[in-house]
Amino acid sequence: MIQIENLHKRFGKNKVLTNLDLDIHGSGIFAVLGPNGSGKTTLIKCILGMVIPSSGDIEVQGKTIKKHWKYRQEINYLPQIANFPGNLRVKELIRMIKDLRQKQSKEEELIKLFGLEPFLDKKLSTLSGGTKQKVNIVLTFMFDSPLLILDEPTTGLDPGSLIKLKELILQEKNKGKTILITTHIMQFVEEMSDEIVYLLEGNIFFKGNVKQLMTRTNQTDFEHAIAAISTQTTDA
Amino acid sequence: MLKILKYSFYDLMRSRWSYVYFLFYLALGFVLLFLNNDLSKAVITLMNVIIVLVPLIGTIFGVMYFYNSKEFTELLLAQPLKRSSIFLGQYLGVAGSLTLSLILGLGIPFILYGLFRSDAIWDFSLLLVTGAFLTFIFVALSFNIALSNENKIKGFGYAVLLWLFLAVIYDGLFLMSLILFEEYPLDSFSLAAILLNPIDLSRTLILLKLDISALLGYTGAIFKQFFGTNKGLVVSILMLILWTILPIWRLVYKSKRKDF
Repeated sequence: MIQIENLHKRFGKNKVLTNLDLDIHGSGIFAVLGPNGSGKTTLIKCILGMVIPSSGDIEVQGKTIKKHWKYRQEINYLPQIANFPGNLRVKELIRMIKDLRQKQSKEEELIKLFGLEPFLDKKLSTLSGGTKQKVNIVLTFMFDSPLLILDEPTTGLDPGSLIKLKELILQEKNKGKTILITTHIMQFVEEMSDEIVYLLEGNIFFKGNVKQLMTRTNQTDFEHAIAAISTQTTDA
Repeated sequence: MLKILKYSFYDLMRSRWSYVYFLFYLALGFVLLFLNNDLSKAVITLMNVIIVLVPLIGTIFGVMYFYNSKEFTELLLAQPLKRSSIFLGQYLGVAGSLTLSLILGLGIPFILYGLFRSDAIWDFSLLLVTGAFLTFIFVALSFNIALSNENKIKGFGYAVLLWLFLAVIYDGLFLMSLILFEEYPLDSFSLAAILLNPIDLSRTLILLKLDISALLGYTGAIFKQFFGTNKGLVVSILMLILWTILPIWRLVYKSKRKDF
């Protein structure tokens, strides 16, 4: 699905990703974890082609993404902070994205699921953070694409919506899709993810499932295991 | 690209500023015609306003739109769209809506006044064409500045400086160099200097078309000799096109390499 080789990214003098190799195959939920500033968002934006790598190669579905853009038709992306053009109405935004992607969509079902009907005619600048995130989720999940990239999907959601989101993600997984998630909520990772990719200082420090992580760190609790990774490196 | 153009254009048409700009030109057109009571004279006065104001508004509007639509741009970048079409679409949306405001705002009062029955129609058309060129040039320049500067304040500063340089300072430097080197033949130097500044170029073009170059004395005669001929006209139009294409090309080139 996604194959990354020798990826480097520098912003000026700041090296964000160094010599990163990553292979993501098959369906499932892959959690991209790491402390703040470890390069999670940069990695995701590289896959999306929003950040241009300094060097290295990224392939999505067997094709290099360099100078290509059509591959994004196969990706649904949920950005970290839902920043939408404020003067658009929710309905207009959904219509616009549909028009731009020209793909079958199921937005009505999702609007109903998250109870967004009363907000459809409101301008995006007047919505609260959580409601914006719900709109964000509708925009991401309304298309049927084999690859989903979710950057901090839980931000601002109330518990009820969080459960709905989890169900939605599991549904997509059962359809055989590849789902990439970044988050800082460890409970969410433990519950949802099939595999963990742990980034540290611009490289992959650990890749495997929750069990492997616990045996490696000699911890019984997942949250402590994650915390232990970072201390292990400072000891080393 | 057309879809982005459509959405940018639609977005701008709903914003207050397009109407303010349109109403301003509408008012300007009516007031000038009322005061001058003569089409040709109104065209001359209008030229002085357009030459300075159109670049200024193009610059400010371009920078403002670019920074304001940051979210929109980021949303689009994650969609299956070509980068060049995103930026070209936005650029054409801004430049197009500004040009439309200019043409409609000035066109309506002049047409009501009886433009089609007057000889000034060609002068007026040339005025609008150069106005459109200036809009496209300065919006492209300001998009370039905004693209290269993450910092809004800096971007605004550079954009206003650019306008100030081309509209005011350039002329000052030009004049000073003419005085300093007055012992030398400066015909080709001044011709080149004028061609290199889109504002000066537009002004000269219109002045010559209005046939008031006699006011310019000896230099005017040289310009007339150059610009008055078909060759001169073609060269100046080509220069304006070049001034438009170069910043657009840089915009596409830079946008392909930028991180968001």
